[in-house]
Amino acid sequence: MELVSFYISALIALMASLLAVISRNAVHALLMLIVSLLAVACIFYQIGAPLAAALQVIVYAGAILVLMVFVIMMLNQGKAAVDQETQWLARENWLAPASLAGALLVMMLYLLWDSASRGAAARSVSAAEVGLAMYSKYLLVVELASFVLLAGLVGAFHLARRHTADSAASTNNAASTESVKSARGVR
Amino acid sequence: MNTGHADIAMTLLNIFGVLTTAVLLTALLTWGERRLLGFWQDRPGPNRVGPFGLMQVVADMIKLFFKEDFIPRFADAPVFLLAPTIVMATTLLAFVVVPFSPAVGVIDMHIGLLFFLAMSALAVYSVVLGAYASGNKYALLGGLRAAAQTVSYEVFMGLSLMGVVMLAGSFDLRSIVMAQENGWFLLPQMLGCAIFLVAGIAESHRLPLDLPEAEHELTAGFHTEYSGMKFGLFFVGEYLSILLISALVTTLFLGGWLGPWLPPLVWFALKTFALVCLFILLRAALPRPRYDQLMAFGWKVMLPLALLNLVVTGSVLIWRG
Amino acid sequence: MISILRSLWLVFRHLFTRRVTVEYPEEMPYLAPRYRGRIVLTRDPDGDERCVACNLCAVACPPDCISLQKMEDADGRWRPEFFRINFSRCIMCGLCEDACPTYAIQLTPDFEMCEYDRQNMVYEKEDLLINGPGKYHEYSFYRHAGKTVSGKAKGEAAGEAKPVNVKSLNL
Repeated sequence: MELVSFYISALIALMASLLAVISRNAVHALLMLIVSLLAVACIFYQIGAPLAAALQVIVYAGAILVLMVFVIMMLNQGKAAVDQETQWLARENWLAPASLAGALLVMMLYLLWDSASRGAAARSVSAAEVGLAMYSKYLLVVELASFVLLAGLVGAFHLARRHTADSAASTNNAASTESVKSARGVR
Repeated sequence: MNTGHADIAMTLLNIFGVLTTAVLLTALLTWGERRLLGFWQDRPGPNRVGPFGLMQVVADMIKLFFKEDFIPRFADAPVFLLAPTIVMATTLLAFVVVPFSPAVGVIDMHIGLLFFLAMSALAVYSVVLGAYASGNKYALLGGLRAAAQTVSYEVFMGLSLMGVVMLAGSFDLRSIVMAQENGWFLLPQMLGCAIFLVAGIAESHRLPLDLPEAEHELTAGFHTEYSGMKFGLFFVGEYLSILLISALVTTLFLGGWLGPWLPPLVWFALKTFALVCLFILLRAALPRPRYDQLMAFGWKVMLPLALLNLVVTGSVLIWRG
Repeated sequence: MISILRSLWLVFRHLFTRRVTVEYPEEMPYLAPRYRGRIVLTRDPDGDERCVACNLCAVACPPDCISLQKMEDADGRWRPEFFRINFSRCIMCGLCEDACPTYAIQLTPDFEMCEYDRQNMVYEKEDLLINGPGKYHEYSFYRHAGKTVSGKAKGEAAGEAKPVNVKSLNL
């Protein structure tokens, strides 16, 4: 039973990822990516990582991809973008990366085959365990990650900050992207 | 074998019972809201169709079903069709983890609270995709607002609940209710409750925080191009999320089904009903803030408050040992 | 914050106030006797039409919804040959009532004049005339006016002096 549902979600994830790559419309591609992420979340849940599954949905599907859709929505690509995408999907463009990815797939399948006999110890990991592991065993990694995030935050603040000198120039374009551009242009 | 069948039957009964009750209550809520708004505005509200105007719901349904189901020429048809279903699906799925009483409730997920957060995070897509697929500028503006508002308010919606999680020591909604046997979490988590309520209003884009729709500036916001039953799905989705947020506040802060004398389900229904009334009262009483005020309020007031609530709760718990 | 809670409380209190809605078809609203509604043409106490077709109402009417034609009876009285009010234009302003020198045209407390056909909103004299004096029971124009009609010679009107032979003053 578990195996069947695992394979179903895995199949959905694979198909959705493939469609995300070959889709010509950016929003449709993103939708496929969301489906793929949800399928991966299902797999996480099935192999005993409910916290990872929930965070996958909340953070990736629920927040990051919303922002991506947000940006693509604002760009408002029409037919031209679809045509361009169609042009880029010519065989000489996708053949090389696809063959490299194929090689990776073969290697992964071999490794899986090899380790299948060993049998991974599957057990459910509770949220408390994840928390304990993060703040004891992996404390340094968590701190480093928080440094990276802090740097990103400071950078974003710096870019979005309005300087008093060019605030007059950027009052016309209230959109934050515009003011970022003008702030860059002044420097 | 026999008990297995009985279990399955019980589960199916639970699933269908919860889902149909939720949808029926939503239909009733559209009537109830208009009646209550009427009373608060010194007028009777819909009272023509059937006893107390109850059949107004049926009349509205018939109207929605027979309206022309129109897909604009400039719309992205598959996404346009998909968008309204998302809000219904995610909101109904979130009802799955709500424990209505010791016996009623679909599943006890040990990450129940996170499941709710995940579903409410996914519900944004309904609005954003619907807005994008409409190919209409008002819809687009509504969608942009919805995306920014929901993503921002989601952040401290999650954070405001962590105080409860700390107190209960679990993400499981059933054990959170059980942990309130000696007192509701409303008292120790008053700030968390207030923040969650505000975030809940913003997430379900209800008045006063309904900027994605804001009819006086954006026509109808994200559902400008929607008609007939597709609009109906958005509409029902909004009311479902009111019910959901109310049910969750009941579960998390008001002790769920716990209460003396009355049966548990009645207690749950009463508390939820009171919260739904509060939602409607908010709509009746408060004006809509400006969009930048909303965002500033979220990031500069609510987020620090949620963090403060988290830190204080954690400190008190550690101090007590 | 306080103001938000205060307005919530104030609105909540309205749950217990009387509602202002009048549920119209079941519960008729009170209309004052001088309410400006459907226009009627009244008769004098003797049962004759009051209207003397002076056209003052048609002149006063802002949307020009009144049209009439004068004719003169054999007995010397003036009356309208036709008198037509287009109620789909009428704004119920009551200026015709003010302008009327004979109290013939009067507004009544009735506003339920819905029609499916617009043409039915045009009322002819037969539709407008009522069998009564309306708001002014005793008044009859020809009893007061100096105009000679059959059965009333010069100087017989109420409050009117006998006609004076101007030459008799020449003493």
